[in-house]
Amino acid sequence: MSLESILSKFTKAETNLLEILLQYQETKTDHAITEAEVGQIAAYLGVTETKVASVISFYTLLSMKPKGRYVIQVCKNIPCFVNEQTAITRTLEKILGIHAGETTANNLFTLEYTSCLGCCDNAPAMRIDGKIYANLTPDKVKAIISEYRGRSS
Amino acid sequence: MIEMRLVSKRCGIINPLSIDDYQKADGYETFRKALARDKIKLIEEIEKSALRGRGGAGFPVHLKIMGLAKETGPVKYVICNADEGEPGNFKDRYLMENDPHAIIEGMLITAYMASATKGFIYIRGEYNHAYNTLEWAIAEARRLKLLGDAILDTEFSFDIELRSGGGSYVCGEEFALIESIEGKPGRTRVKPPFPTQKGLYGLPTLINNVETFATIPLIIKMGGKAYARIGTKSSTGTKLISLSGNVNEKGVFEIPFGVTIRQVIEELGHGVANGRKLKMVQLGGACGPIIPEYMLDMMIDFERFEEFESKTGAGAIIVIDDRFDIFDILMNVVGFFEHESCGKCTPCREGHQQLRIILQKFIDKTAGVKDLVSLESLARVMHQTSLCGLGQTSPTAIISTLRYFRDDYIDRMDSLIL
Amino acid sequence: MVNLRINNRELAVAEGSTILEAARTNNIKIPTLCHYPDLGIQSDCRICVVEIEGQKGLATSCSTIVRDGMVVKTNSPRVLNARKTITELILANHDANCTACPKNLSCELQSLANKLGIDENRFQSVLTLSPLDEGNPALIRNPNRCIKCGRCVDVCKNIQGVGVLELMGRSHHLKIVPAFDHCLSDLFCTYCGQCAAVCPVGAITEKDDTDIVWRALNHHDKHVIVQVAPAIRVSLAEEANMNPGTVCTGKIVTALKLLGFDQVFDTDFTADLTIIEEGNELIHRLTSGGVLPMMTSCCPGWINFAEQHYPEILPHISSCKSPQQMFGALAKTYYAEKMGLEPANVFVVSIMPCTAKKYEAGRKEMRANEDLPDVDVVLTTRELGKMLRQMGIDFANLAETPFDDPFGITTGAAAIFGASGGVMEAALRTVYEVVNGEPLTNLDFTDVRGLDGVKETVVKLAEKPYRFAVANNLKNARLMAEAVKAGTSPYAFIEVMCCPGGCIGGGGQPYGTITKTRLDRIKATYQVDAAMPIRKSHENPAIAKLYQEYLDRPLGEQSHNLLHTHYHARRGKPNN
Repeated sequence: MSLESILSKFTKAETNLLEILLQYQETKTDHAITEAEVGQIAAYLGVTETKVASVISFYTLLSMKPKGRYVIQVCKNIPCFVNEQTAITRTLEKILGIHAGETTANNLFTLEYTSCLGCCDNAPAMRIDGKIYANLTPDKVKAIISEYRGRSS
Repeated sequence: MIEMRLVSKRCGIINPLSIDDYQKADGYETFRKALARDKIKLIEEIEKSALRGRGGAGFPVHLKIMGLAKETGPVKYVICNADEGEPGNFKDRYLMENDPHAIIEGMLITAYMASATKGFIYIRGEYNHAYNTLEWAIAEARRLKLLGDAILDTEFSFDIELRSGGGSYVCGEEFALIESIEGKPGRTRVKPPFPTQKGLYGLPTLINNVETFATIPLIIKMGGKAYARIGTKSSTGTKLISLSGNVNEKGVFEIPFGVTIRQVIEELGHGVANGRKLKMVQLGGACGPIIPEYMLDMMIDFERFEEFESKTGAGAIIVIDDRFDIFDILMNVVGFFEHESCGKCTPCREGHQQLRIILQKFIDKTAGVKDLVSLESLARVMHQTSLCGLGQTSPTAIISTLRYFRDDYIDRMDSLIL
Repeated sequence: MVNLRINNRELAVAEGSTILEAARTNNIKIPTLCHYPDLGIQSDCRICVVEIEGQKGLATSCSTIVRDGMVVKTNSPRVLNARKTITELILANHDANCTACPKNLSCELQSLANKLGIDENRFQSVLTLSPLDEGNPALIRNPNRCIKCGRCVDVCKNIQGVGVLELMGRSHHLKIVPAFDHCLSDLFCTYCGQCAAVCPVGAITEKDDTDIVWRALNHHDKHVIVQVAPAIRVSLAEEANMNPGTVCTGKIVTALKLLGFDQVFDTDFTADLTIIEEGNELIHRLTSGGVLPMMTSCCPGWINFAEQHYPEILPHISSCKSPQQMFGALAKTYYAEKMGLEPANVFVVSIMPCTAKKYEAGRKEMRANEDLPDVDVVLTTRELGKMLRQMGIDFANLAETPFDDPFGITTGAAAIFGASGGVMEAALRTVYEVVNGEPLTNLDFTDVRGLDGVKETVVKLAEKPYRFAVANNLKNARLMAEAVKAGTSPYAFIEVMCCPGGCIGGGGQPYGTITKTRLDRIKATYQVDAAMPIRKSHENPAIAKLYQEYLDRPLGEQSHNLLHTHYHARRGKPNN
């Protein structure tokens, strides 16, 4: 969906800013909002670009830095941490060849940490583009990643 | 059996996507009856029940409702805080995914009692499934005229809008949440005024936790007095517990207040996993105290939790076995808060990285007495002077381990100093 | 009244006061850092915490309202330890190379650390150096000194209504920056400098041009002249620790001579000239069906604001250059000719209360001779204060000297340019008499004086009543601009000054400017006016002589070339 059509769903009220950003970023395959788009949103709402940028900068689900096609978010909070999360992260780093915070060279995956996914009863857990994967083991992780790799080829 | 499923009684039994299922299980019955009752009488039931907020801080719920009811003006808001970001807590997600209508019904009754006109449910951005479930439930409720204008052909109108968070723990703080609904970064406001006086868009606003709202229909149905007979004197009723970590059986359990932590771990969690030994338990979530094995006979009770001065009351129990030492856990906790601090006030913005630097010295065995003193002093200053609950409660893990695990710190100090 | 006890003293204070206000009115000192009297309560820094009996944590005195029976301790060991710890935390993430900072000895953090007796920091430095934002002629942002107090954000967003700066990111990554971490020059900064005026540390300061001036003064071939803006004479004394509102005109001239300037002139002279040109422009617009309302053009912050935010209304803005630039244009033409000097050898320095004037002086339109700026360097009041200290000049005890000719004879009308409403009042004194052909009975247009956001008066010209308005600060300028843009503005003429209170409250004025300081400077401004033998610009004999000798007539060809300019719609970086 184009930015114009998303904007047209909202009134020109400053209070819609976060919703607009979340909904629009959802449509972007690189999970990021550009400076030009910030300008367009700011103009639509009649606020400064600085204001829009400050909102993006505050929320971890929003980004101005382009990411890979699939964003893998690993939970590392205590309930996952004490349930072998570090082995999960190591596995991911190994098979993707990147560290947390990085994107693979083919722009397919970005690996990052997330705050608690509320899956502590099925720890360790991760999320890929909104889909939760829980009770992870290194083998399970390998299977999930190859499935995503297959999807894009 | 120590479980007592009242608030969660429908979870896992009914189809959460079916409003018919909910209604067949007496759902919306209480609300329908409440519409014919006197508002003040209803609030009195909440008062008699002595219900305290289930988000962690345990504020008496009737005071908030009364506070909102007293405010005049045509627009008043009721907000359901579903920004369950505290690591180790997943009971709100459990309720939203399994019994969404109970939350809507609780909000409806609250709105009716306080004459509120508009509701919001603010769900953290990580909870896609809960969001979709509630979105469907709200649509269903609208379809049956349980939400919207002239509900059930009465004069009462109320509707609920869903809002998604953007990935920020601090938005669970009530003013940060309000700022976020207003589309801004979630940085808290200076209090007073409090939300019931000047909240969302500057208008009177009541904010309660998911579990609190889900409990309200139950109380109105069974009566405040009957509800108050459950639990302990200072903490009435039941509580949802999120049990996680190194236990055999993880999950959400509902217990009456007064059950001990040991009972939860052993009877509901079937003990520490893989036959290991328990090293410590973190209560409430990342912001809660870390206690040793010998304290497990402590009752789950607001009064007992209050000495930790954190949001322990949200009901998370994270069991950690003896493969981990306190510094593994503390570094994780401090790292979490360092990431989530909104950056507005000095102690919280600058304090966490300094806590981390000092803890690293213990990990490296280079810490001296001065570091122990600095750590303790900094943790206390952050607790005493931070602007909002985040910085006030984030040092709890350190403060509690300095008390209950002091030897672990001493063991990690520079051997030349000792 | 509310009764409370602070440090064992029983006090009765006004209801609704904060603990900080209660303490200050009773001479109990509580240190603060983010707090600034004219701004909103941030409650960010947490330095002003106090202990309240019966309350668990510590409370910030700036934001806590007093209650009957409250018992407060402002200096308990717990409080002192907290303040010290917080200050150490700030210092551990601050470029504390104090002697290399323009705010050395006027830095609020430095003074706080000193008061709290901090002689060592328990915390390790966590400062990671960021590049400076110095790509504009007016302001320098040094993020390494920023303590995130939020004052600059508040003044830019809420007082000026511009909002270039915001809190970006969170936790210790939090920065106060323009969008996308860009430079001020890439966005819509007006260079008003109010951020620099309220910054407690040296994180935003004016670009220091004193070295260029020293170099010029030591250059044998340069004829270095200086002009002094109206607002300086009521504020420079503060740089020498004298009271706000001390009039020090004669001392300024003496001091500038001591610094080595060849001639010391008064911008008031070209302020009078501005009134003649702008007054005639107004009369012309009123009588010939020109674009109305007309808006003033003296304030470069306002021009920057209009060019970037309201390009549609540019035809409403008077084409007159500001007094600073009229002076510069005359200095490099009329004056150079008169003195037999090469324009390139005349070096023009301005002493201005303003940071945006630095930008204005660099504009390409401001050149009577190609490739030669009319004004070479603009110094703020604070920079001149610095030069006086560098030379060890005992300003308070200087003798008084009059300004030099030919730009020394001025009027009371010019003197009041420094206060919001002054340009309007000066214009009305002239326009009234010129149009109506009769003398004014009362020269004081008090309706347009003072600190109100929007001020109004009605004056009859040729029997017809016209409405005149004054917008005090950019937020109010925006209101005016919106109405002008919408075609609903009821006024004939609008004065806009971008800084609160006008130039006396400019971004380059001595630090610590608050409402009280503004009022003191305004009072002094009108005292200067009242004491002048001539109080109407059109009665200035030197101006009459200038037209006779050089300019011919108001709005004539020569003045069109030298004294008038044009504006551009633009975004961020100047495109001219």
